[in-house]
Amino acid sequence: MVNVGIAGFGQSKLVTRRTDVTFPELVREGVELTLDDAGMTMDDVDAIVYPLAPDALIGVNNGERWVVDALGAAGKPMMRVNNGGATGMSAVLAAWTHIASGEFDVVLVAGADRVSESGSAQSVLNKMWDPAYERLVPLNTITMLALSAQRYMHLYDSTERDMALVAEKNRYHASLNPNAHLRKPITVDEVLESRTLAWPIKLGDACPATTGAAGLVLVSEKYAKEHNLQPAWIRGIGQNTETFWMGDRVGPKHRGDHADAVSLEEAFQTAYEMAGVTDPKTQVDVAEVYAPFSSVELHVIEAAGLAERGGAPALLREGKFRLGNEGTVVNPSGGTLCSNPIAVTGTIRVGEAANQVRGRAGAIQVPGARVAVASAIGGDHQFYSTMVLSTDLEEI
Amino acid sequence: MTEQQTEQAPAFYNQTWDLEYRHALGDTAGRFLNGLAEGKIWGIKSQDGRVIVPPRSFDDHTFTKNTEWVEVGTTGVIEMSTVVYEGFRGLPDPPYAIGYALLDGADTALVGYIRGVDLTDQEHAIEATKIGTRVKVVFAEKPSGTSADYWFEPID
Repeated sequence: MVNVGIAGFGQSKLVTRRTDVTFPELVREGVELTLDDAGMTMDDVDAIVYPLAPDALIGVNNGERWVVDALGAAGKPMMRVNNGGATGMSAVLAAWTHIASGEFDVVLVAGADRVSESGSAQSVLNKMWDPAYERLVPLNTITMLALSAQRYMHLYDSTERDMALVAEKNRYHASLNPNAHLRKPITVDEVLESRTLAWPIKLGDACPATTGAAGLVLVSEKYAKEHNLQPAWIRGIGQNTETFWMGDRVGPKHRGDHADAVSLEEAFQTAYEMAGVTDPKTQVDVAEVYAPFSSVELHVIEAAGLAERGGAPALLREGKFRLGNEGTVVNPSGGTLCSNPIAVTGTIRVGEAANQVRGRAGAIQVPGARVAVASAIGGDHQFYSTMVLSTDLEEI
Repeated sequence: MTEQQTEQAPAFYNQTWDLEYRHALGDTAGRFLNGLAEGKIWGIKSQDGRVIVPPRSFDDHTFTKNTEWVEVGTTGVIEMSTVVYEGFRGLPDPPYAIGYALLDGADTALVGYIRGVDLTDQEHAIEATKIGTRVKVVFAEKPSGTSADYWFEPID
């Protein structure tokens, strides 16, 4: 199998609205930022993988058609990937297979989202649920994770304050990240006092609806050597899937509790085995994990092996996972909680992790970071992508 | 382009997606929904013995067909719930409570509204819908043939 590296990462400033550009123009912005970062041009690109989640969020059906020109894809192989919230990372995994197979040397992943243009996002997302059984009870991405958060609190004797600790940490990190959407720090008390959306999720626990573009350039080891590139190396990958039915994640015979992210844990194990990570707590310097609500980060930290099940809150209370403190730093960029351009949120997780192990993360750099993990989640906690990255190809 | 022209340039195009669907419910969901009109909750048994509610015609654990219909209880216990206080465009006005209940005799939980709880006081609402709360299924007097024909209410 061919070794694959990440040689460039571009992202626009992540904001609520952009009215100066059309959607394809925004995608083009992501392409240019990405190629510039890699020091490449479109001529260097062999193939393109394009991430886009539900079309109804941007309001143009089969949006991949609309952005072919923005991506420079005419005359080249291109495919769209849609795995819900995991889309932006699943697209990177698809790009990895393009190169690992030996078929291509340079693959571009680039896209954009502008969630705030519709105003009906949660109505769009409600349409993910089964029309006969579940849609009339207005499930959406907030209520589905409120259910998980309540269950987590119940099983592990955790509180809303633990969720607020995550929000406070990530908003502090985002205040240092010039590209982040929510850059104003927030206190634990401010989170606790913010209005309830779907209990226990409050406004302070929730991601914003973000507009922005992002992309990555993936290269083969051969190409990297020929062009004297020092990419972030992809050392392990994982992808796993969970049942559609949330009601099947409770009860005596479930295969994974809706409080946890068991299928994500398995996806991390797959990536760790491939990368040779045996003790993530000591071997992983940085984790850029997808968690659109504070509660989600708790069980993702556990799924990543950085805490035992139910053990993340106690470590957070000790100040773990925070920039400047000892141990693995979780979401130094501020993460999905502070910026969520859905289609490319997973792409940004990988890009931020890549920048960390390349020592290019600026104000949010974790000193000496060599090994990083990234992950993303899509659907009603159904699609999970994971990745281990490192500075070099030496043993982890 | 002069500044005046820039100011006058059209900046937005308004669009509404108004799409209609007539979703086939299929025989399995149809039978479940029909049962609601009779005050019954139907489940279906998988080959590994799970009673699946709401019923689905195939089992994802054994990859076999589910054919044995089983009536489950109309009381059960809340496994997870949330009380919604935020309005979302195109969705019902808040507040409302929803939850998944594991009905007696079922191995998987059914989602529904939780009614009969005063939601104006958040703390009270959370306590009254918490995990472990015993609930009963209440059926609509005039069935509509949809999953709106039942909801849960706490048992005093």
